Amino acid sequence: MLRFLLRRIAWAIVTLWIVSVIVFAATSVLSGNAARAVLGKNAAPATLHALESELHLDRSVFYQYWYWLSHFVRGDFGHSAASVIGSDTAHNSIITLIAGPAANSAILAVITVIIMIPVSLLMGVLAATRAGGWMDHVTAIVSLTAISLPEFVTGTILVAIFATALSWLPPVSLIGPGQGVLDVPQILVLPILTLLAATVAECVRMVRSSVIEALDSDYVATARLAGLSESRIMFSYALRNALAPSVQVIALNMQWLVGGIVVVETVFSYPGLGRLFVSAVNLRDIPTTQSIALLLAAIYIALNILADLIITFLVPELRLA
Amino acid sequence: MTLLDIRGLTVATTFGAPIIEGIDLQIAEREILGLVGESGSGKTTLGLAALGYARPGSSVTTGSIRIGQEAILGRTARDLRRLRGRVVSYVPQDPAAAMNPARRIGDQLADRVAHRPRAERSNLIIRALQRAQLPAEPAFLARFPHQISGGQQQRALIAMAIVAEPSLVVLDEPTTGLDVVTQAALLSELNALHDQIGASLIYVTHDLAAVSTIADSVAVMYAGRIVERGQLREVLSRPRHPYTIGLMESVPDHGRPTKLRGLPGVALGVGQWPVGCPFEPRCRQAQLDCTLAMPNFETIHLDHAVRCFHWRQTPPIAVHEPLRREQLADREAILTVDRLCAVHGRGADQIVAAQYVSLTVRPGECVALVGESGSGKTTIARCIAGLHKPAAGTIVLHGQKLAALAGDRSRKQRQHLQFVFQNPYESLNPRHTVGAILSHAAAMLRNLPESTARNEAARVLDEVRLPASSVKRYPGELSGGERQRVAIARALIADPGVLICDEITSALDVSVQAAVLDLLGNLQAAHGLAMVFITHDLGVVASIADRMLVLNRGVICEQGNVSDLIVRPTDEYTKRLLEAAPRLELAATGIGSTT
Amino acid sequence: MTAPMARTTPNDARGLGRRLRLARHPAAVVGLILLAVIVTIALIGPYVAPFSPTAVADLPFATPDMHHWLGTDELGRDVLSRVLNGGQSLLGLSVLATAVAYAIGLPAGLAAGYTRSRTTNSIIMRGVDVLLSFPPPLLLLVVATGANSNIWAMVLAVGLVLAAPLTRIVRAGTLDVAQRAYVEAAVARGEHTGRILRREVLPNILSVIFADVGLRLSYAVLLIASVNFLGVGLQPPSSDWGLMIAENRQGLNLNPWMVIVPAMLVAIITVSINLVADGIARTLGTSIERAR
Repeated sequence: MLRFLLRRIAWAIVTLWIVSVIVFAATSVLSGNAARAVLGKNAAPATLHALESELHLDRSVFYQYWYWLSHFVRGDFGHSAASVIGSDTAHNSIITLIAGPAANSAILAVITVIIMIPVSLLMGVLAATRAGGWMDHVTAIVSLTAISLPEFVTGTILVAIFATALSWLPPVSLIGPGQGVLDVPQILVLPILTLLAATVAECVRMVRSSVIEALDSDYVATARLAGLSESRIMFSYALRNALAPSVQVIALNMQWLVGGIVVVETVFSYPGLGRLFVSAVNLRDIPTTQSIALLLAAIYIALNILADLIITFLVPELRLA
Repeated sequence: MTLLDIRGLTVATTFGAPIIEGIDLQIAEREILGLVGESGSGKTTLGLAALGYARPGSSVTTGSIRIGQEAILGRTARDLRRLRGRVVSYVPQDPAAAMNPARRIGDQLADRVAHRPRAERSNLIIRALQRAQLPAEPAFLARFPHQISGGQQQRALIAMAIVAEPSLVVLDEPTTGLDVVTQAALLSELNALHDQIGASLIYVTHDLAAVSTIADSVAVMYAGRIVERGQLREVLSRPRHPYTIGLMESVPDHGRPTKLRGLPGVALGVGQWPVGCPFEPRCRQAQLDCTLAMPNFETIHLDHAVRCFHWRQTPPIAVHEPLRREQLADREAILTVDRLCAVHGRGADQIVAAQYVSLTVRPGECVALVGESGSGKTTIARCIAGLHKPAAGTIVLHGQKLAALAGDRSRKQRQHLQFVFQNPYESLNPRHTVGAILSHAAAMLRNLPESTARNEAARVLDEVRLPASSVKRYPGELSGGERQRVAIARALIADPGVLICDEITSALDVSVQAAVLDLLGNLQAAHGLAMVFITHDLGVVASIADRMLVLNRGVICEQGNVSDLIVRPTDEYTKRLLEAAPRLELAATGIGSTT
Repeated sequence: MTAPMARTTPNDARGLGRRLRLARHPAAVVGLILLAVIVTIALIGPYVAPFSPTAVADLPFATPDMHHWLGTDELGRDVLSRVLNGGQSLLGLSVLATAVAYAIGLPAGLAAGYTRSRTTNSIIMRGVDVLLSFPPPLLLLVVATGANSNIWAMVLAVGLVLAAPLTRIVRAGTLDVAQRAYVEAAVARGEHTGRILRREVLPNILSVIFADVGLRLSYAVLLIASVNFLGVGLQPPSSDWGLMIAENRQGLNLNPWMVIVPAMLVAIITVSINLVADGIARTLGTSIERAR
């Protein structure tokens, strides 16, 4: 099992390296001159030149890549191209630029996960034990709808209902100077609801079907014929074996959140990493884009390993292999 | 004393079609009943009914079941749970699927005695393990199901079934899927176990030979009804139902190598039963009255009962002539395999499947490759067919050395060497009609134009005794036996010189197996085919093969003429296989063995 | 020694068409009707629109009246006309992206599932792994940066994102079919690989593909709409529904219709495709279960 874990991590590092090449190639090489991209066509030659040397654009592509990657892994993400214009050296470091938003995104994601896990498991198991009933059918349709909707549509509809029509909650995440997101908790409600809509629905469906599959298995039938109590069968036989696939889908949805926040934060103008990323893309701030992209990909891959690890631990056949 | 008393039991699907009907069955205390039937006969449904269980989509519609003082039917689920495991228990068919993969063996045993005082539990578990011939150690109890062998899994399930000391145990095909040696061991262990626990056993199986070694009495089922029931000796020495005779004549026995006589036709499925006797369409002694009404279950002698109008006319079991084998040694070999070696996997995980295997086959000769699972017999066959690349060795067909892979062989070579696969449910593409499957093979391998290929398809279908209308049917519309006939027809249509048959009857019911073997024997004689016949079943070998090679872990340990080897094996492994091979125990009946 | 038996019932043997009895699933029928309505709007919308989708027709943020049934947007353009014009791009680009996904994923999955070469399999599957180690919106935004939000590049990128899981699904199906004896029989007959894939493998993974295609299309709609919403796909003055929502969100309280109508239309597309896909999966699922 340790060998499996080490191989898994080694492959993850290789993957991440390939990802870094793709990110760098797609952003730096394809888009041409990063300095011109951010400054626009009418930039003064002097400014352009200054920014070019700041971004090492006067060196070879390979040098630029190496410079970026070697500093990235040491935690030095470089400087934002957009803020270089202001030449405010205290604020143009990408790491200071993203620290606050990263914390805000983490708050959003963690609260979502804390709600998602128990709700998914509970509703999934309830739906499975009442399979075929009208509640089950209603849940099926509602969850299918929730899964189908793009996050920005769900978010927009929630804003239209709770902000515009009912005025219960703010439509966008406005934070006063000096305030953190937790000081104005009402701004968290709609983004979290939007993230939950898609994830919980999918988790419930998967938990339900894995519990149903386990209840349908030969070993549950055999346990019933051996006169085991229903609670023992439910917990030690059905749920115990449904746990691994359920955890897997929950982990997958935690991974999904990494992409989901990019869209949802944009919908609500939530001051997180995702919105910063989208605005960096739109401002053609290539250094910031690269750094956030690689950071999010690393989190994504790390969550994947974590999921594999938990699954391996939950399935004896894998754990003891 | 009667322990189990079933009266007028009917289990039907929710649509009302009966799966078993009008079952009357009594089992005495300590009795072992063999409940025999082919697939779809309702034997498992009856076995499960004894636990008050009907599969989803079916239910008990009429009848009563008592075990000792307890009525089984008409109880609440909670009440029934109290009886299960403690009064009556069940050993399921597929041990790997029947155990909770995420729970240790010890915990699964403990679950079954959770109602007992804590102090008693570990004693009960230790005793059950000992009786099931399993190590009663903490290390074994701490194992998960995937960490023990198939034989141990089956024994663990038996231990789970007896741990709460029930008075009746229903065993559902407990030896199916096990090697013959393991199977023989398990059967003798079951006998010993029965002596120790003093419970009654219902042994549900398709295997008449297994029943004959263990049971006190036997009940034969056909199309949802018990057609014959009585003491084992009496039923086997003088069967009165024509189906019982057909079944007995279908069982190949290496001790009495005879040409098998299979039953014609196929069993009727649920919902297809006629008004009259359901066996009538396949019956050799059917008369007009058989189509008009269902015969009663008539007691003919003590507890020997039979469901047939004409049981008085049923002839005794015929003693068939032993097989005569032609001497073929003077013919020139058509296929020669020389020092073949084969492996699976690579690097550290490599498994040697065949080591220096040599064999020759002459025209008109059938050579059997015999071995247990994992002996490498299928790999050798696949090497000959060009589906597995050998590590070393040569294969010569008609004097020409064959390329390793089928794709590199000439069309003529591929045409001359045909392969029939084990599982007829997987060897025919479900998306093509039988006609398309056959005529494509003909067109491809013999370069025939479309119209000639179609005529050939009709011809070979006739040879395998399938109706000409089969060309329009899809494999999904055919029974297992019919599919295997189509697979044989697909090999025949190539006009081959050598036929390689890989366990081709192991997925079939025994009466269907007999019919397929019969057909194959006739085809071989008619076409002068050379055959390589791969099997684990020595009875099948004896009824079809001229020579045999015994494989043990990829090495040929003994070879020779079938008639000699079966009587005088020299190798220890061959002796063990022969010892373990199931036989219908007919010694007391006077029909006896030739040994 | 008994081999696993895959018993099939007679009605399973015929073509797929017969097995797709969607009418038994009312939700799928509702989905099909909704989908037909949306496709009709998208197709004939541009011809029945009362105004030009790009011309300024009135004051901005006007509420609905006799002339402008859905009011006007932030630039004073007729919302109804923009809505009627905005469906084609979303549906067309989504279908295109799905086609790209199949053009890549189907051959890649077949090759990875059927090949005996470990190298081929590794190259394809590691490529899939890499694609799957990007959160989809992230990959799309990275591509948008490089391709300067060129819409064809975005369609290609969405196709790639969709192709990765598709390759896995097709590979799994192919692996399962490739070890069946009827494929081995074809190998022993000396058939060409191409013919084996076409005649023996493909017909038997059609049910997998049928169950997948709707799902894939709904993801395509979701991603294309999101790309447009994020401003890295179609650019103004396009009247694409996703873009309309992004542009007009600020004026939601002035004229809600200019946001709610396109949002509902996008919602109806994805939900209806999913309802149909779910129905297909269920009919195939039950017949697959029946075949067991």
